[in-house]
Amino acid sequence: MTRGRIPGALLVPAICGLIFLVLPLVGLLWRTPWSTLPQRLTEPEVVEALRLSLVTASLATGFCLLLGVPLAWLLARVTFPGRRLVRALITVPLVLPPVVGGIALLLALGRRGLLGGWLDSTFGVSLPFTTAGVVVAEMFVALPFLVISVEGALRGADTRYEEAAATLGATRWTTFTHVTLPLVAPGIAAGGVLCWARALGEFGATITFAGNYPGITQTMPLAVYQTMESGDLDGAVVLSLILLVVSVTILAALRDRWLTAP
Amino acid sequence: MTLMDAHLIVERGGFRLDLELTIGRGETVALLGPNGAGKTTALRALAGLTPLSGGFLTLDGRDLSATPPEQRPVGVVFQDYLLFPHLSARDNVAFGPRRHGVDRRTAHATADRWLERVGLTDHGRRKPRNLSGGQAQRVALARALAVDPVLLLLDEPLAALDARTRLETRAELRRHLAAHPGATLLVTHDPLDALVLADRLVIVEDGRVVQEGDAATITARPRTDYVAQLVGLNLYRGRGEGHAVRLESGFELTATDVVHGDAFVAFPPAAVALHPSRPDGSPRNTWPATLTDIQRHGDNLRVRLDGPIVVAADITPAAAAYLDLVPGRELWAAVKASETRAYPAE
Repeated sequence: MTRGRIPGALLVPAICGLIFLVLPLVGLLWRTPWSTLPQRLTEPEVVEALRLSLVTASLATGFCLLLGVPLAWLLARVTFPGRRLVRALITVPLVLPPVVGGIALLLALGRRGLLGGWLDSTFGVSLPFTTAGVVVAEMFVALPFLVISVEGALRGADTRYEEAAATLGATRWTTFTHVTLPLVAPGIAAGGVLCWARALGEFGATITFAGNYPGITQTMPLAVYQTMESGDLDGAVVLSLILLVVSVTILAALRDRWLTAP
Repeated sequence: MTLMDAHLIVERGGFRLDLELTIGRGETVALLGPNGAGKTTALRALAGLTPLSGGFLTLDGRDLSATPPEQRPVGVVFQDYLLFPHLSARDNVAFGPRRHGVDRRTAHATADRWLERVGLTDHGRRKPRNLSGGQAQRVALARALAVDPVLLLLDEPLAALDARTRLETRAELRRHLAAHPGATLLVTHDPLDALVLADRLVIVEDGRVVQEGDAATITARPRTDYVAQLVGLNLYRGRGEGHAVRLESGFELTATDVVHGDAFVAFPPAAVALHPSRPDGSPRNTWPATLTDIQRHGDNLRVRLDGPIVVAADITPAAAAYLDLVPGRELWAAVKASETRAYPAE
């Protein structure tokens, strides 16, 4: 396989890059207070933050699937004027600093916001600084990941199967539910996991839009930040370790279940 | 009785398909033509997958020109079958009936009946990836027929099969097509498929019909180089002057038929005799020729000759050895008038 010596000019930076990525994780494991770990894991603040994180990330992923898969289908299958613009708009939250996203959400859905004022006066619904607000913030940041990966899956799928379904009497809707969805299911699952992981790690938009209230809006990343600020390094390390374990588990699941599937 | 009547006009990026096509009840028509002739476009237009730029389509008296594909009583067997990979063979066949509002049990019963008809009763639970090419082709046929289409379309139904499977499947397909009460259109570039499976051939080139008729007429009287090559004839066009046809180059070919005006002359490669020097005696058509190419053709050799006319000739290996056939060799070619057919071009 190898063709001669590997050039040092490539090998050295490659190894440095690897060390740069791995070293902080090693640091985290090295600093973990293993002896007190079990009792720290069961502290109510930790359990509460973890529960809130898992619930909001899962809800956000669910809503993202509901909105994102149809959006991806529209982009992949329907030609309409301004499609390129729509695709560009979808990628904006992807490159936008999440804090800016949080402020934008406040201006749109805050009590005095574009839509928020109307929501408040009509339904008495106010999203900022609520658990629902956390879900909204996570959705805003994670949805583009889902749309882009599902659109990629849809574009990669052979549309002639959909034509075959049409000749057998399937309407566009039944074709979507009975043919398109099963065909791109692995792509949707991968997009969903990516979306969930992004929602789980969300920090900037959440703290700006939903605040940092333990039990209501304090998700794991926010708890890490606050614990660290309060000088409890061990606590921050424990919380970080949990997020690390969850992330690595997802990565492993992705690799085995979907990424390597034919 | 005409079941399908269509005038398909599809314009797309410089290509224009303009095809008039009728198919009777129970009739199988083969749309035959070289690659890029517009055969598949015609099939897609009939299925509603490609919109018509003009013209019309009526099926069983109903105008379907603007009907979406899912509302057309049309079944399609696609070139690579396109069986849904996530469904079993049985569910693939049941897919159509289900979409037509049939309940699950009835749809499965219909699917089982069709799988039995194509001899795949034991394969219903298999996923398409576990079926052989021939089996997949039969499932695709069963799936298309399970919705009782008025018009059945087949796009190169045997092209994806190996030679051996092809032979068996062709014979079987012929049986199923004969049993189909509606109209059948078969798109193919293989003349053998067309001759075996179809009652009538329609030959398309560059989006237009160049010739149509039954196999006997087309093989006897080809009207374009493509058709002549398909059926293995040398074909020339010129002006008939009684027994002789004068080609544009001025060269004259003599036939026993009498034609006047625009005319075709055709003769099979086997009718061409080759001589080392000018032959004397009976053949009416003789000319000096230069050998350009030799290829195996069954047990014989097929040679290409340049000269006043470009000709394909079949000769035995013994004759080839005697004539010392190498490219560039100067020879005399002869064709008897009795083996030359002349017929009007109009």
